[in-house]
Amino acid sequence: MATTAVTEQHEPGAMVPAPFRVAEREQDTVDTWTLTLEPLEGPGPSIGPGQFMMVYAFGVGEVPISVSGPPGRPGPVVLTVRSVGAVTAAICASEPGRTLGLRGPFGTAWPIEAAGGDDVLIIAGGIGLAPLRPVVLHVLDQRAGYGSAAVLYGARTPGDLLYTDLHADWRRTVDVEVTVDTAGPDWPGRVGVVTKLLPGARFRPEQTTAFVCGPEIMMRFAARALLDRGLAPERILLSMERHMDCGIGLCGHCQLGPTLICRDGPVYPYSTLAPWLEVREL
Amino acid sequence: MPRSLEDLLADVPLFEGLDDEARTLVAGCARNVHFGAGDRIFKEGGEADVFYVVRHGSVAVEAFVPARGPVTIETIEAGEVLGWSWLFAPYRWHFDARALTVVRATVFDGVCLREKCESDPALGYTLMGRFAQVLIDRLQSTRVRLLDVYGNDGRH
Repeated sequence: MATTAVTEQHEPGAMVPAPFRVAEREQDTVDTWTLTLEPLEGPGPSIGPGQFMMVYAFGVGEVPISVSGPPGRPGPVVLTVRSVGAVTAAICASEPGRTLGLRGPFGTAWPIEAAGGDDVLIIAGGIGLAPLRPVVLHVLDQRAGYGSAAVLYGARTPGDLLYTDLHADWRRTVDVEVTVDTAGPDWPGRVGVVTKLLPGARFRPEQTTAFVCGPEIMMRFAARALLDRGLAPERILLSMERHMDCGIGLCGHCQLGPTLICRDGPVYPYSTLAPWLEVREL
Repeated sequence: MPRSLEDLLADVPLFEGLDDEARTLVAGCARNVHFGAGDRIFKEGGEADVFYVVRHGSVAVEAFVPARGPVTIETIEAGEVLGWSWLFAPYRWHFDARALTVVRATVFDGVCLREKCESDPALGYTLMGRFAQVLIDRLQSTRVRLLDVYGNDGRH
């Protein structure tokens, strides 16, 4: 299954950050915030699901952040950001009213339209649920256009789970199964790796598209588990991450084999990625 | 009409593909049990003379950590095996198990099964292979979680 190349041309927004004002800032977990950013100029970009923006905290630095809001509509940009370093800490600390610079959107999108009619598995690990949230929102919005649909989500602890206030709402329309790596006695849910959720999921392997995002090693294990259950490698979509600086295929820092993740990814079918994932030097 | 134990075992992944004779032998060591939410199923250090196949509900395998209390290591869901200490001397539980929900399970008498396996090496080999797979799955799950893949890599 081919991913969707959305941005090839380099428009002004690709090179120069556009100003966006923080309209809302909501804390998801101890180190993760969701920001809603309103454009100060124009209607805002139309962003495909899985695409990312280069987000500039002025005076600190710029990082790629996948968009976690509804796909394909111009307007505010929703970003879920985990504070893991100086730049992301500055972004997370941006109170409503502050201005951030955004370039993009960049990269390939989850091919959700091509998966129409299929059973859908959305497999997320940790912050990886953020780039998959547009897929969840699309499936919720277009529920009749898909077969069975399940969100399988793993995190480190119950306190690290994202969007917990939305899960009950999602469960009304799609299956949502959650597991954590470790938990105390108050946690009533599952403990174990995310792939352990697969046996309980309803799907027809020959007619299923899987969207997978999380730490690379988690995606590797998930892809293998999906292959074991009969999914075709081209129907297993992964969102890759590497160090990115330019976002437009110029600097080469995000090279993976013969591709540049910012330009040719981040979403790839496993059939394309598999040979490169085995190469440790990449 | 209640299903026989042999019929119930046919749906259990652990016994998938077992022939009728073997299934009857295994069922001869089994009975159905029920636990309420919160019930302790076994306790660390206790005699491990049984194992369970969970048919409904969820069980937490826990370790008690001083100053932290019980920590859930893994949850066991419907269709999965709870307990493998019955297979290996000194036959003691390494962890606690607690029902998170109402649990319906089939419990297998480990002594009875070990005796049958010793007198029927083919059955013993088959069961040992199946339990080895359970152990491998648990080991792999533990290894992956040891990597702490969701941890903060501190790059940006």
